[in-house]
Amino acid sequence: MRERLVLIGNGMAGMRTVEELLKLDAERYQITVFGAEPHPNYNRMMLSPVLAGDKTVDDIVLNSRQWYSDNGVELHTGDPVVSIDRVGRKVVTAEGRSVAYDRLLVATGSTPLIIPVPGADKPGVLGFRDVADVATMLAASREHRNAVVIGGGLLGLEAANGLLRNGMQVTVVHLLDVLMERQLDKPAAAFLKASLEEKGLRFLMEARTAEILGDERVTGVRFADGMVVDADLVVMAVGIRPNVELARQAGVHCNRGIVVDDTMQTFDPRIYAVGECVEHRSTCYGLVAPLFDQAKVCANHLARMGISRYEGSVTSTKLKVTGVDLFSAGEFNGAEGDETLVLQDPAQGIYKKLVIRDDRVKGAVLYGDTMDGSWYFQLMREGTDISAFRGSILFGQHDLGDAGHGDARVLALPDSAEVCGCNGVCKGEIVDAIVKKGLFTLEDVRAHTKASSSCGSCTGLVEALLANTVGEGYAETPSKKPVCSCTDHSHDEVIRTIREQQLKDMPALRAFLSWRTPDGCAVCRPALNYYLLAAWPGEYQDDAQSRFINERAHGNIQKDGTYSVVPRLFGGLVTPSELRAIADVAEKFEVPEVKITGGQRIDLFGIKKEDLPPMWADLNAAGMVSGHAYGKALRTCKTCVGSDWCRFGTQDSTGLGVKLEQLTWGSWMPHKFKMAVSGCPRNCAEATIKDFGVVCVDSGYELHVGGNGGIKVRVTDLLCKVETEAQVLEYCAAFIQLYREEAHYLERTAPWVERVGLNHVKQRILDDPQGRQALYQRFKYSQQFSQSDPWKARADGAEAREYAPLRIA
Amino acid sequence: MTQWTRIATLDDIPRLGARVVRADTMDIALFRTSSDQVFALRDQCPHKGGPLSQGIVHGGTVTCPLHNWKIDLASGEAQGPDEGCAHSFPVKVEKGVVYLAYSVKEEAA
Ligand code: SRM
Ligand SMILES: Cc1cc2nc3c(=O)[nH]c(=O)nc-3n(C[C@H](O)[C@H](O)[C@H](O)COP(=O)(O)OP(=O)(O)OC[C@H]3O[C@@H](n4cnc5c(N)ncnc54)[C@H](O)[C@@H]3O)c2cc1C
Ligand code: SF4
Ligand code: FES
Repeated sequence: MRERLVLIGNGMAGMRTVEELLKLDAERYQITVFGAEPHPNYNRMMLSPVLAGDKTVDDIVLNSRQWYSDNGVELHTGDPVVSIDRVGRKVVTAEGRSVAYDRLLVATGSTPLIIPVPGADKPGVLGFRDVADVATMLAASREHRNAVVIGGGLLGLEAANGLLRNGMQVTVVHLLDVLMERQLDKPAAAFLKASLEEKGLRFLMEARTAEILGDERVTGVRFADGMVVDADLVVMAVGIRPNVELARQAGVHCNRGIVVDDTMQTFDPRIYAVGECVEHRSTCYGLVAPLFDQAKVCANHLARMGISRYEGSVTSTKLKVTGVDLFSAGEFNGAEGDETLVLQDPAQGIYKKLVIRDDRVKGAVLYGDTMDGSWYFQLMREGTDISAFRGSILFGQHDLGDAGHGDARVLALPDSAEVCGCNGVCKGEIVDAIVKKGLFTLEDVRAHTKASSSCGSCTGLVEALLANTVGEGYAETPSKKPVCSCTDHSHDEVIRTIREQQLKDMPALRAFLSWRTPDGCAVCRPALNYYLLAAWPGEYQDDAQSRFINERAHGNIQKDGTYSVVPRLFGGLVTPSELRAIADVAEKFEVPEVKITGGQRIDLFGIKKEDLPPMWADLNAAGMVSGHAYGKALRTCKTCVGSDWCRFGTQDSTGLGVKLEQLTWGSWMPHKFKMAVSGCPRNCAEATIKDFGVVCVDSGYELHVGGNGGIKVRVTDLLCKVETEAQVLEYCAAFIQLYREEAHYLERTAPWVERVGLNHVKQRILDDPQGRQALYQRFKYSQQFSQSDPWKARADGAEAREYAPLRIA
Repeated sequence: MTQWTRIATLDDIPRLGARVVRADTMDIALFRTSSDQVFALRDQCPHKGGPLSQGIVHGGTVTCPLHNWKIDLASGEAQGPDEGCAHSFPVKVEKGVVYLAYSVKEEAA
């Protein structure tokens, strides 16, 4: 009969041990797993992206229920073990199951610390540990506005970032004056704080929490100095406590954690323990890399191979907040007598510091450029003498060779360099797997080597290795997101090819890029048409048959096949005669419904296609043009009343809105583009959820970019402040042109800004005045060709057959 | 009885485009491919009745403008995972003139 192994704790360390064990010996044990949570094993680290909305709970499952049954592992979820009977060698669960064991593995993880201040038990106060916590936070973010995160460490900042991305107003409270003090020195922490502030987080440093306020539910937090901050949600991320109660009650020796030796055995030889619940050589770990090392060793002993020892780990850290690159390892603050090497480039947002003792790297902090983190980490662990290249060490490994560009840095890594810190996978193993198993995609590499499958921060390195190892082959792998199934080329490649090869029509472009279908499809044709139009204004002949019907017919198609008509009302202003003209056409063409839109204009619904041109002719006669409510184009510029009438108005927001719309109407874009101008920070025009928004203030104009009020709400980033209307117009046009030239088709400014980074936009528009001017000029040039009213052309007879039906005689 | 009706010239239909033919009780969509083949389908998507004539034509397929179903021009069958069929009518092109086989009986059906 097989021996019985029971695992308590269906988490990352315990299940990794089971996986490793099955690899070594799948036959020895009959395995039963108990988990307190109702889920199969998932990647706890990825709760941060789940909270931020970048992943779903399904995405982060590591072993599905199917996996358990395929591997003969019996799984009980939602049923915690409540006692261990060491004499009877069995465990008993909350639901009353009693299961005997020959070997027991305890991997109960840890629980978040909740500071024992008055009120800490109120609803709305929680830690950040499991799926249930994330669900609670997401629910709170839908109903409530203010969140306070106590603790400015790794976990606290990831929680804060996630809540912010869900639209909450987030204040991070930290006891010290340095964020992430266990990983960062002061300058790096200052960089981090500044960039998180730019994203919209607020910080309260050196604040000691005294009380949680509220009756039914939390309403605020009071601090030791008496200050009170409003809060509907309080997340405590001040540390974790190993879950040792169960073991302690069974009489297994525990200190802070369950004490284990180098084979992961506890004081009871039948009981092993791994993970955050463990104390090894007086250290408890809270990161997965050491836990996975423990899992390997433990599996080895459970399989009775008995050859490996766990001797402790040196850890390094990265923060999983999009757009923030940060790496830290070792003794980054240095001791007396240590030397420190520092490279600081505030304009680029880069900071690197190495602590050197006896010509060896002892610690590293990197901010802004973390590419060389794994190299420094390796030098540190291996105690390499760096005196030979000390002068250039801060410039990174690629500087040692003669090649200058990014990929070469990966090539320069030795085979033994660790690429994936979480899973301890080295470059050599990855390259080997790629070559021997013929891997092509990131997914393949993850599946075969586990590299980049945990926290994901080494994904870039793995991709670079793939690109370098497979070479051209990789360039054709699907992990690169082709435009559509007609091609393997990505949007970026298409955009680049059009310019580099001077391709000016669609058949030539498709032929050059070896499209698989002769005509393309409904996905790629509109994209190619846009890219060609944006690259060659005035030269490229627009292809009506490659446009979605709305843009081909210049109206929005309705569910019954009729169309809607939205005339442009610049800045939301309308005259009585325009209103009269709209009323007249509504009556003349028997328009079934007239509605004020959310974009400050008037929508006429249910128009028969053949009535569109004559109706437009009437509207033209009253001076109105197309509102492009149907297009991937400039939509509206919402305005508020502004200084002309409003008692708070600081500038003429309405007038400026009209000027902005006059400058930009007619322009085709990668996706729709919306603007707004508010006359003061009360922001009645909602400028901070627009693609380009202006908030007027006494001293000038704040320019905001990358907002979105649609499917996924995103608040704008502040681009800069300018002083004159002329500047607003110039910066606006430059921003639009940059977006038109660089974004992927159907990518709105919000995801685009997140993809390329606000810094990139700032560099192109703020730091490079000549470049900005050039963008502005290119925009104006292209507007020469797009500012003719498509309605007028059609009212005058253009494209007549689009609108006129044929009749059967 | 089937009868050929002269409906349009080839030039009346944009290449990779369509025209609507208005019959007494229904609209018929007349498509022209990049290789100048012409097809006719009832202008009603089998999904929710979207006007197929307003879709994007590619290869021998049209993508419905409402919810992107792909309909085979020759058979009227929905492709891929979707199921349904738009009624198709016989068409012929002779000397640049398009004829549609369309009978009053069919129209009533
Ligand atoms: C008419 C209008 C609703 C209304 O009656 O108020 C409307 C109607 C439509 N919206 Fe909208 N949106 C309208 C204002 C908005 C707003 C509010 C605003 O602009 O201030 C938003 C949120 C703001 C934003 O875009 O960031 C909005 C977010 C969307 C979205 C989600 C976009 C996103 O990036 O998340 C879609 C879907 C899409 O574009 O893919 C959408 C798509 C649509 C479509 C085009 C759906 C479609 O494809 O047929 C609707 C066309 C109706 C028609 O036939 O006219 N509509 N839509 C509004 C027209 C404003 C105008 O004067 O042009
Ligand atoms: C939001 C977040 C982000 C993180 N990001 C990173 C990161 O970027 N990098 C990194 O290295 N680490 C990160 N970590 C830490 C990492 O997730 C943990 O170190 C790791 O999950 C610990 O594994 P474990 O198996 O010891 O504990 P867990 O994964 O917590 O597993 C323990 C399991 O045991 C269950 N359990 C407890 N008691 C019982 C019982 N009596 N009966 C049955 N089941 C029980 C628990 O419910 C839990 O499911 C992050 C953690 C969080 C919460
Ligand atoms: S929210 Fe917009 S897209 Fe949705 S039904 Fe209303 S108008 Fe249509
Ligand atoms: S009506 Fe054609 S796809 Fe829905």
